[in-house]
Amino acid sequence: MKLRFLLPLLIFGALFATFGFMLHRTENGGYDPKIIQSPLLGKPAPAFRLISVEDPTKFVDTRDYLGQIYVLNVWGTWCVGCRQEHPALLEIARQQLVPIVGLDTRQDSSDSNELANAQQWLSRLGNPYVATAFDADGRAAIDWGVYGAPETFLIDAKGYVAYKHVGPLSVEAWQQKFVPRIEQLRAGSVAGSKP
Amino acid sequence: MIVELGHFALILALCMATAQAFFGLAGAQMRHTQWMSAVRPAVAGQFVLVALSFACLVYAFEQNDFSVLYVASTSNSELPAIYRFTAVWGAHEGSMLLWMLVHVTWSMAVAAFSKQLPHGLISRVLGVMGLLSVGYALFILLTSNPFERLIPAAADGRDLNPLLQDPAFLIHPPMLYLGYVGMAVPFAFAIAALLEGKLDSAWARWVRPWTNVAWMFLTIGITLGSWWAYYELGWGGWWFWDPSENAPFMPWLVSTALIHSLAVTEKRGLFKSWTLLLAIFPFSLSLLGTFIVRSGLLTSVHSFASDPKRGLFILGFLAICVAGALLLYAWRAPHFRSDAGFAGASRESFILINNALLIVAAAIVLIGTMFPFFIDAFDLPKVSVGEPWFDAMILLPAVPLLVLLAIGMRASWKHADLSKQRLSLTVGITVGVALAILLPAALYGYSSVLTSVGIACGAWIAISALWDPISRWRNGHTVSVAVLGMSIAHLGVAMFVLGVAVTKSYSDDRDITLAPGESAKVGIYDVRFVKIGDAPGPNYDAVEGEVIVEQDGKHIATLHPQKRFYRVQRNVLTEAGILAGWHRHISVSMGESLGGSGAWSMRLMYRPLLRFVWLGAMFMAFGGFVAALDRRYRKVTVRADEPLATSTAPVN
Amino acid sequence: MKKLLLLVSLLVSNSLFAIDGESFDDPALHARYRKLTHELRCLQCQNETIGDSNATLAKDLRRELRAMLLAGKSDAEIQQFMTDRYGDFVLYRPPVATRTLTLWLAPGIVLVGAGIAVFFIIRRRGSQSFDDLPDDKNPDGSTGAAP
Repeated sequence: MKLRFLLPLLIFGALFATFGFMLHRTENGGYDPKIIQSPLLGKPAPAFRLISVEDPTKFVDTRDYLGQIYVLNVWGTWCVGCRQEHPALLEIARQQLVPIVGLDTRQDSSDSNELANAQQWLSRLGNPYVATAFDADGRAAIDWGVYGAPETFLIDAKGYVAYKHVGPLSVEAWQQKFVPRIEQLRAGSVAGSKP
Repeated sequence: MIVELGHFALILALCMATAQAFFGLAGAQMRHTQWMSAVRPAVAGQFVLVALSFACLVYAFEQNDFSVLYVASTSNSELPAIYRFTAVWGAHEGSMLLWMLVHVTWSMAVAAFSKQLPHGLISRVLGVMGLLSVGYALFILLTSNPFERLIPAAADGRDLNPLLQDPAFLIHPPMLYLGYVGMAVPFAFAIAALLEGKLDSAWARWVRPWTNVAWMFLTIGITLGSWWAYYELGWGGWWFWDPSENAPFMPWLVSTALIHSLAVTEKRGLFKSWTLLLAIFPFSLSLLGTFIVRSGLLTSVHSFASDPKRGLFILGFLAICVAGALLLYAWRAPHFRSDAGFAGASRESFILINNALLIVAAAIVLIGTMFPFFIDAFDLPKVSVGEPWFDAMILLPAVPLLVLLAIGMRASWKHADLSKQRLSLTVGITVGVALAILLPAALYGYSSVLTSVGIACGAWIAISALWDPISRWRNGHTVSVAVLGMSIAHLGVAMFVLGVAVTKSYSDDRDITLAPGESAKVGIYDVRFVKIGDAPGPNYDAVEGEVIVEQDGKHIATLHPQKRFYRVQRNVLTEAGILAGWHRHISVSMGESLGGSGAWSMRLMYRPLLRFVWLGAMFMAFGGFVAALDRRYRKVTVRADEPLATSTAPVN
Repeated sequence: MKKLLLLVSLLVSNSLFAIDGESFDDPALHARYRKLTHELRCLQCQNETIGDSNATLAKDLRRELRAMLLAGKSDAEIQQFMTDRYGDFVLYRPPVATRTLTLWLAPGIVLVGAGIAVFFIIRRRGSQSFDDLPDDKNPDGSTGAAP
């Protein structure tokens, strides 16, 4: 009979414990409510064949990279985080561990200057990419499940998405998250390991 | 200087609150008359100090003092004066100070309008309110200080979020807080009763008006939020089941149950421990709601800048308040038993069913809101729980509730003779069914089961709500204020249900591209885009379209939707052009300019009976307020209090 | 080079007319479009549907949705398209899966539980005396029906 009166307390207790636990995890960085896991992990990387930013007479095709491990960095000149991560990308490119392919997205469907802006950006700030594709209609970004540039993907030699990083990429994050996975892939482990 | 004065006043208020809590609770426990008499002055002192602190913050905003971090992050020199005032509660720190101000206002009101209450009880109630003040003050001073300085001072501020630069922002948060925070009063009364070990009809009679008024404010606050979302966001929606909407909706559902349960406790001394539990929950859910939107754990349109440290503090405060209250409940409530009966068909059993269904509804809202969070906690792939789930699930308790409401509201205590309701039921159901068939047929040509049930219930409830007052008035009897209030509130429910059923079933949107001179149809209306022009504002640049709404060639209205570009925060806002009416709303929002021909993409929205949704809710609020005005709540009666628990002798 | 840039920019601006363009003439398609745009989440936003938001992603997804509806894809295929790219999180109507069983069953269980509790309480109270307790009288001495 007494249990009936303790029940509300027990239910609230369980609720609190979960909140406290999750808050704690958020504080020490183990949990970020804004990050959405990509359903592309372990799946074939979405294919595209788009105009190259560096040379619009040529195309950038994902099939050209089959057989090698590479990184795809989704960015835009309008994106503040992309500007922030640019020096890190240059540094990572200097290490020449794997090629970095860029995917330049426009901010809005009414934005008709992105291609020109991107060309200026790369020539002025430096180009960390072996090639940069221009996503004119946003279709490629949708196919890759991009929701907040910058986003960086790791693709294995078989063409499967191995890892996704959301937000500006730092050299540290590269060292901690990408390099070990690249080494694993090179050593022949299974592609598409969970983050 | 003024800023530091405000900060200091808040610290003093914390001391005053501590005194209030101590004198109130220890004074009542030890029956120390002098301590208990110090409580009301402490409440008054705390009120003055918090009001002073708030005034200092307002001053900092009006003076554009950008050496204050909070002012610099929330205001701007180009911000119109009125919005510089509302910017005071435009972000977390200031809104917490507003929360505290509202709390001490409620404490003042309780202290002022409680002369007829026994000293012990009112001391405990104010003591608990004092404890809550201590918690709020500590939270503000330790984690969310609006008086923090920014050195060196900013040249200008970051401006108030343009979405908030609207007259509705002047009233919506204060109203909502009056409701949210007001739930602390029944909470305090419940704690006081548990501490005293005494709960009788008199207690219920004292709590009811406070609960009704707090409930009224909460109803108004939620309604304003919905109305504002409709016209400010401009996309035609008025309820999204967003966590920030569910946060006040849950306490609203539970406090509605509480209002009804209190009637039973007052009339028949029943449902005592249940009423106590119900009195604890709305406030607990208010705190939970605050936690949800300020901790960053849940995605919401309304999230404040999230900070896990603040989240932890609120969680701690929530834990102490709720765990404390529920522990006290588990310990003391079993004593409050009453063994009186009632028939299967009786006012008591209908209220019991009402309570059960409202709690089920609150539980459903809680489950849907928290489920994504629990999925994350278990590291499972994320899910979203949105309108499709909520709309479907809420019907489970809502439909039975609406079907039984018309009958239940006229049932008698102890044993209801339903055969007496034969006439009113026949009329109500007939009119309901007739309307449910005729209205859709005449206007739209189609209907669905749910639409018909909604329309029928709405009409039936309206007839039932008006039946007694009208028949009493026609027979020359007076209608008591309490019955009048109840009828108005239930009529509001009817209007609300009718509005929701029709607007959800027959609304339409059209996304269209129009060049100047072109027109399109939405519903039975023709909307013609005339021209576009500039419309500069105080702190924004805008383009304004002229759109004409016609029906069968007849001019109905000219609308002026705008696209505003706010200069400081550099974001674009869509202001819908809205034609509001009793039977429908038409709104037009501009998308974007599409090239040389001057064409614009637009959304045209048709919403039938939308006004009834909000009007119904306002009727509910008004009815609740009227019921609280009943004279029996203000009568000063000297009664021998009979303790029903065996603990201490009554305090007087 | 310049010609190509011009061509590219024309291509870009032409696609503008596909976005938020004319409504569907077919009422069935229109109804499906309205329903789907209100059941899909705009991931760039803080809890809005792609039907209610003007963020880039929302507009792009509406355009894709329109194309798929015109191409005759079913609701299920469209949902699959979205979840393949964004996961179940993009659906505001949560999927019925093992991990969401609690979510879908809980409301019904709570309702039934409440119903059972109410039944037992009414039954118990029905067998108790209907006499009023000492303090059940109103201040004016009356009892009986009134709120």
